[in-house]
Amino acid sequence: MRNIIVFIRVYFTFFIFIFFLGLSLALLFRYNKYHNAVYSEAASEITGMLSTQYNNVAYYFELKRVNDSLVKANEALYNKLKADFEIADTAENAIIDALSVDSLNVFRKFLYREAKVVRNSVSQPNNYIIVHRGRNQGVRDEMGVIAPNGGVVGTVVQSSSNFSMIMSLLHSQSNVSGRLKKGGETGTVIWDGKHRNVLLLKDITKSARISQGDSVITSGFSYKFPEGLMLGTVIDIINDKSSSTYTVRIKPAVDFEDLQFVYLIENLQAAEPNELQKNIKNK
Amino acid sequence: MSTLVRNIVRFILFILVQVFVLNQIPPLHHLVVPYLYFLFILWLPFKTGRRTLLVLGFLLGFSLDAFTGTFGLHSAPCVVIAYLRPFLIKLLLPREEVEVNFREPSAWSLGVAPYLTYVTILTFVHHTILFFLQALQTGGLVYFLVKSLFSTAVSLLLVLLTELLFNRKQGLKVNLV
Repeated sequence: MRNIIVFIRVYFTFFIFIFFLGLSLALLFRYNKYHNAVYSEAASEITGMLSTQYNNVAYYFELKRVNDSLVKANEALYNKLKADFEIADTAENAIIDALSVDSLNVFRKFLYREAKVVRNSVSQPNNYIIVHRGRNQGVRDEMGVIAPNGGVVGTVVQSSSNFSMIMSLLHSQSNVSGRLKKGGETGTVIWDGKHRNVLLLKDITKSARISQGDSVITSGFSYKFPEGLMLGTVIDIINDKSSSTYTVRIKPAVDFEDLQFVYLIENLQAAEPNELQKNIKNK
Repeated sequence: MSTLVRNIVRFILFILVQVFVLNQIPPLHHLVVPYLYFLFILWLPFKTGRRTLLVLGFLLGFSLDAFTGTFGLHSAPCVVIAYLRPFLIKLLLPREEVEVNFREPSAWSLGVAPYLTYVTILTFVHHTILFFLQALQTGGLVYFLVKSLFSTAVSLLLVLLTELLFNRKQGLKVNLV
């Protein structure tokens, strides 16, 4: 017994070392999925508050760019107004859609909420964006996030009372279903953790005709994003002869460094398909 | 300024500089990720106990992790360099007087060449473990090695600049008792 106590006393520092190292690694590998961040309420509120203070200053240096992007977004919305379209031919009947007076929000599928970015990173292999809007302001996990220019930014992974964490497309576990706008071939958009200006569109059949500059949009297969949001444009094709599919390098539609505002997308009709999926799994 | 106050101020400053300056600047290159915050551990006084070092190392890494949202990613390398520090100092500095005469490791107390070795080894160890933990998720062995080397080089440059900016020249400790 005495020997054991002596042994422990002699190597006590080493045990402390092992304890702290083990604690760190346990925290890091706690979850296999992207929830590896045990993002506690207190830590998130404190760091969020500090980041907000910092962003109050940093925001001024971006005002010009933010303004420009908002003017562009407004322009796009103006061009979708009903008053912009007129049918000259009276023989053609304009179809009045019931949706135009959907005042009860019965048919609404996607609801957008703005959020201020307070913290952003692009240099890590797993990048998160923190926004000043949390559970109390209607944020839920798995909500899609887009930038003012309509490009996809990422997915909400955690939220505390007033702040939320967004897994950006620049994350090793990010996985968004994408489609080539021209041909309609679908694939998966991932990131390899290297260049922040290059995303990868995987699993595109080799019959697809792809040229530089083609648009890649969201496929609408996931419940997070509406169909047709910009993911990026094609840079080139990685021709892997051993594989039966193409991997396409694409340039993201969003400049992740300059994000100041984002929109969180809530799918109001996601409950039913989710329920169906759960039922299938249980069978 | 007492040693305790000085080190508390340093702790806060290093975290703030890392989070709000180094992590915010547009990346120079995707292979270069500069780090400076771990210099806090390297600058702790000679007489800091080994257990205190480990606790401080963990706290430092944990504070940074709270900002980046990756708990454990920075704590692990910090704990490792906090554990290696005493051995390295013993190895580079067989004479006992220095620890008695000087307050903390610096180019003045250790000598330029041993101090440079000390900083280089611990910086490299820190970066290698950090990028290895990241590479476990993304993969790519060659990429990880090259990234460690380049980032170590840039971080060392930053350490050098910091040393030149903040003159930590200390006189010999005089026995006041």
